Amino acid sequence: MMPTKKNHIPLFHLTKRDPATLTWQYRLGVRIAAVVGGLLMAGLLMTILSGENILDVYASMVDGVFGTSHRVWTSLQSVAMLLCVSLAVTPAFKMKFWNIGAEGQVLVGGLACAACMMFLGSELPLPLLLVVMALASILASVIWAVIPAVFKAFWNTNETLFTLMMNYVATQLVAYFLKVYIKDGSGVMPVMKQYGLPVIGGNDYLLNVLITIALTVVLYIYLKYSKQGYEISVVGESENTARYIGINVKKVIIRTLAVSGIICGITGFLLVGATSHTISTTTVGGRGFTAILVSWLAKFNPLVMALTAFLVVFLETGAGQLNTDFGIPSEVSDIMTGIILLSIIGCEFFLQYRIAVRKNRKEEA
Amino acid sequence: MSKTVALECRGITKTFGRVVANKNCDLQVYEGEILAILGENGSGKTTLMNMVAGIYFPDEGQIFVGGQEVMIASPKDAFAYKIGMIHQHFKLVDVFTACENIALGVKDKGRYKLADVRKEVVEITQRYGFIIDPDKRVADMSVSEKQTVEILKVLYRGADILILDEPTAVLTPQETAKLFAVLRRMREDGKSIIIITHKMHEVMSISDRVAVLRKGEYIGTVNTTETDPTALTEMMMGKKVELNIQRSEPVDPQPRLVVEGLTSINAEGRRVLDDVAFTAHSGEILGIAGIAGSGQRELLEAIAGLHKLSKGTITYMDPATGKEENLRNKNPLQIRDLGIRLSFVPEDRLGMGLVGNMDIVDNMMLRSYRKGKGVFLKRKAPRDLAEKIIEELEVATPGATTPVRQLSGGNVQKVLVGREIASAPSVLMAAYPVRGLDVNASYTIYNLLNRQKEQGVAVIFVGEDLDVLLELCDRILVINGGRVTGVVDGRTAQKDEIGLLMTKSTTEEEGAE
Amino acid sequence: MLTFLVSAIRLGMTFLLGSTGETITEKSGHLNLGVPGIMCVGASCGCFVEAVYLSTVPVRQEIPLLAVLLPILAALIGGALMGLLFSFFTVTLRANQNVTGLAITTLGIGISNYIIDKADDYGRFARATKHFTAPLVGEEVVEWFEEIGLGWFGELFLSYGIFVWLALAIAIGTSLVFNRTRVGLHLRAVGENPATADAAGINVTRYRYVATCIGCAIVGLGGLSFIMDYLNGQWEYCVDTIGWLAVALVIFTLWRPILAIFGSIVFGALYIASSRLTTLGVEMTLADKELFRMLPFAVTILVLVVTSIFSKKNQPPAGLGLPYFREER
Repeated sequence: MMPTKKNHIPLFHLTKRDPATLTWQYRLGVRIAAVVGGLLMAGLLMTILSGENILDVYASMVDGVFGTSHRVWTSLQSVAMLLCVSLAVTPAFKMKFWNIGAEGQVLVGGLACAACMMFLGSELPLPLLLVVMALASILASVIWAVIPAVFKAFWNTNETLFTLMMNYVATQLVAYFLKVYIKDGSGVMPVMKQYGLPVIGGNDYLLNVLITIALTVVLYIYLKYSKQGYEISVVGESENTARYIGINVKKVIIRTLAVSGIICGITGFLLVGATSHTISTTTVGGRGFTAILVSWLAKFNPLVMALTAFLVVFLETGAGQLNTDFGIPSEVSDIMTGIILLSIIGCEFFLQYRIAVRKNRKEEA
Repeated sequence: MSKTVALECRGITKTFGRVVANKNCDLQVYEGEILAILGENGSGKTTLMNMVAGIYFPDEGQIFVGGQEVMIASPKDAFAYKIGMIHQHFKLVDVFTACENIALGVKDKGRYKLADVRKEVVEITQRYGFIIDPDKRVADMSVSEKQTVEILKVLYRGADILILDEPTAVLTPQETAKLFAVLRRMREDGKSIIIITHKMHEVMSISDRVAVLRKGEYIGTVNTTETDPTALTEMMMGKKVELNIQRSEPVDPQPRLVVEGLTSINAEGRRVLDDVAFTAHSGEILGIAGIAGSGQRELLEAIAGLHKLSKGTITYMDPATGKEENLRNKNPLQIRDLGIRLSFVPEDRLGMGLVGNMDIVDNMMLRSYRKGKGVFLKRKAPRDLAEKIIEELEVATPGATTPVRQLSGGNVQKVLVGREIASAPSVLMAAYPVRGLDVNASYTIYNLLNRQKEQGVAVIFVGEDLDVLLELCDRILVINGGRVTGVVDGRTAQKDEIGLLMTKSTTEEEGAE
Repeated sequence: MLTFLVSAIRLGMTFLLGSTGETITEKSGHLNLGVPGIMCVGASCGCFVEAVYLSTVPVRQEIPLLAVLLPILAALIGGALMGLLFSFFTVTLRANQNVTGLAITTLGIGISNYIIDKADDYGRFARATKHFTAPLVGEEVVEWFEEIGLGWFGELFLSYGIFVWLALAIAIGTSLVFNRTRVGLHLRAVGENPATADAAGINVTRYRYVATCIGCAIVGLGGLSFIMDYLNGQWEYCVDTIGWLAVALVIFTLWRPILAIFGSIVFGALYIASSRLTTLGVEMTLADKELFRMLPFAVTILVLVVTSIFSKKNQPPAGLGLPYFREER
């Protein structure tokens, strides 16, 4: 029996694009369109929620980010810190190791740093103390990052959940530390600015920004031009190929997570030793998760990451200003970030597929 | 004899990116006949049939079933028109049993009850003479059993038009004979059968008519009884071609690689290699024949240092010094550090031999990036090598910085073989190096292997096409179920003889050297 | 001890809903890391609708059925919409599932915080909560057991409100669908090997969309159960943590909803250990409490490690995390 239903001609169908036919102008164009589109949607949403003119909304956001020299510096600092964490997750992600534990890895680094400040601060001369703080941070973060890597390498333990759970363990560790060692029982560590990194150029944040720029360049070179960076790419693309040419995959996994850990440690050190001079369970503030998206959106290119990190900070800071100016709840920053992220994620589709309209061939209607 | 047209294609065109897979193809199949579609690799046979089966959608053209124009937009539509396709790469869910796989996707048979499915499956197997356990998990099945499940799946859905894509590629001559018997019984049952193949003798033995495709274009259809292999080859290739592999006599063969008692047990506790022993000589090509999954991959990987062994030795005899080294359980790096130039062209080109998303230069570097001190990569030498290979092997590519994934299968293989030969190997192993390649590319590869042999390299060649093995190799090692079942001379052995060895199960005696 | 167990079960049902929802999603081949965000959205949508409903009727005159049903519907719809969004990106646009999931989590947390901010009258949820927690079998039955001296039995097995029964029913129902029906067979095939399913005429796109939306709706319901049942209508900004644990639970219970019933109760017990153990006479300082809060996460890691070392079988669906495009070459 033939089906009686006359099948309709599908109007569209998808074909995969040949990557060779894409010009860089097209690629860039699609991505810019995605960002602009996302910003438009986010702006529209804000307009609807606040009832303000959409241009005022954007003006307010720009004002929040660039309005005064203090705001510019604060924004730069936020970009620098988010960028640091993004750099940290990048080597692992390039290797297809889904490390969503940067939050915890940075936090334990910060905890080690804070512990040094509290217990060694009065014992050691400042330069030596700073070195010890930095080393302790790095060591703590490396340990935190390498633990899941070891289990992944030897027993193929699911790293996504492992690193995720390590975040919460780290958070509770900080909470425990604050309960036990803060003698007044308030659970709040006093600000110990006297043990912080020196201020250079008369600006609190200049040093952080410079260190971050240096880190970005170093990581870019490491990934692109070093033998270890090449090994990371090979393992990430195909573990079989890596084995085939005699790369010790286990070693590369562990070593790469150690590199991630070093950057996390530096970030923790900067956050506690050079920025807040104290620690709390929210010192990292969700950057560990945002960093994954920042890194992915930049296609794991550290230089591009500076831009994507700025985009995210612009939204967050801008939303804060919207709160002050128009009383829009500050939670909307997450909504705006989500919209823009999804818009950029979605635009990849237009780089990989082509929607073909079927050639018209009508005999019967 | 009244002939009813069961299926007809008119003017089908399909492109992928810049590649034209089918151009204006026509085809007719009658009820109760076996039609062979003949064409070399890449001629668009599979693509054309995939459009009939609803996997792809044609850019242009019409399909008629039973005289009526139909729109086949998905496999579901194809089933509605009683068209079923048995793909070359089996589409089965590994964790399901045969029955569960067969029940998949069937909607209009009342309440879901596996027992009913099972009963009907047993009935079909009896009617056409299949042998299969309906409760066996696909993961535990042999290739020929999996194929049986695929055919049952299509029959269970009541297909009248069956399309088989290269069904014999993975079968022994004996299994092929059984399959053909089943197909003939189906033809008598009035079913239309389309069989895609590039093997001439199969076309001659099973088909009623032959349709020939060349480079995506339909060339014509002839009655099998009114044609002969030479004429068909001419239709297929477009011009009269004389393709012969020049096999030279081995010059001064010396033992280069002596393998003894190799035994390996995989994660599920099965012996994938069982007491394998052979010797590969310099200046000869040693072929390895066997049904897919008989341990070929594990054997080569074990020699290359990628597969763990529980027993045995792999002794390498250095031609320069006469020193002997045991390679067992050494990783590829350690083997290289011993100064042993062992090259390996693995079966999985883009998954193991190359990195698809990297460009040709970076792929050249895979073997050599460690060279030199310092932490940074040196891309000069690999770039030169890449350009040399592109030129010498005529790799069709926009440039040396093109990701290899974007190259065609033949060019990918040229890049891989080129790199492996570049290190002037003393042992060269190649697993299925011509799989998926068109005739010209295949012969390029055969010539490369022959040139290596003439230079005194011990070449080990794993192949699936027995005709090629018999033309190319000096000796052929036959394995089945991880055991060596025999070693035959490539110049004198017969195909049937190898076929029997491929399925020989009681292997008390070792293959005599 | 009894109250501890009862609390563990009540909280466990949130985990159960979350993990059952995610299991359905994963069986279709979708690894949805948006679960935490979706749980938040479900919870906040439910709460918002509850607040709106209760603000329209005078105190004590609300119809219990509506007070229960409307928020549940809202949570289901909220979750399903988020699932739709996720599917649109991963199925239609074929985006990377991990990244999309994380973005959905960010978006979901933002949306839910915004909604809760709007539904500012927290007190109203507390007023509604008794409708959710009242024993479904009837107050009398529980009392009757107390009268005949089997109060513990009534307390442990029958004292629960609608969510516990709903979660159990959904988990058992899901398990039956997976193993006993054609839809389940097809769903598993889509997750294991989409190309095969497609070739068999199963609409992969539709199965992925529908399974993800249903799964996410259940996840959303889980969020609501956390607020209305376990927290007695008190909003807390930690729904996302629960969501992550629910994702972890899917792996432990080997993609089997029946096992998840027991797993979720264990998770519930671990999660409440820090706050409820004192009631069992365990002495602990404030600092110790922080350590006890680590428990569910530490145990998760431990189980993760143990299962990965010892169990080679029971892998996730083979097609998990992979987009499917029929004309892939």
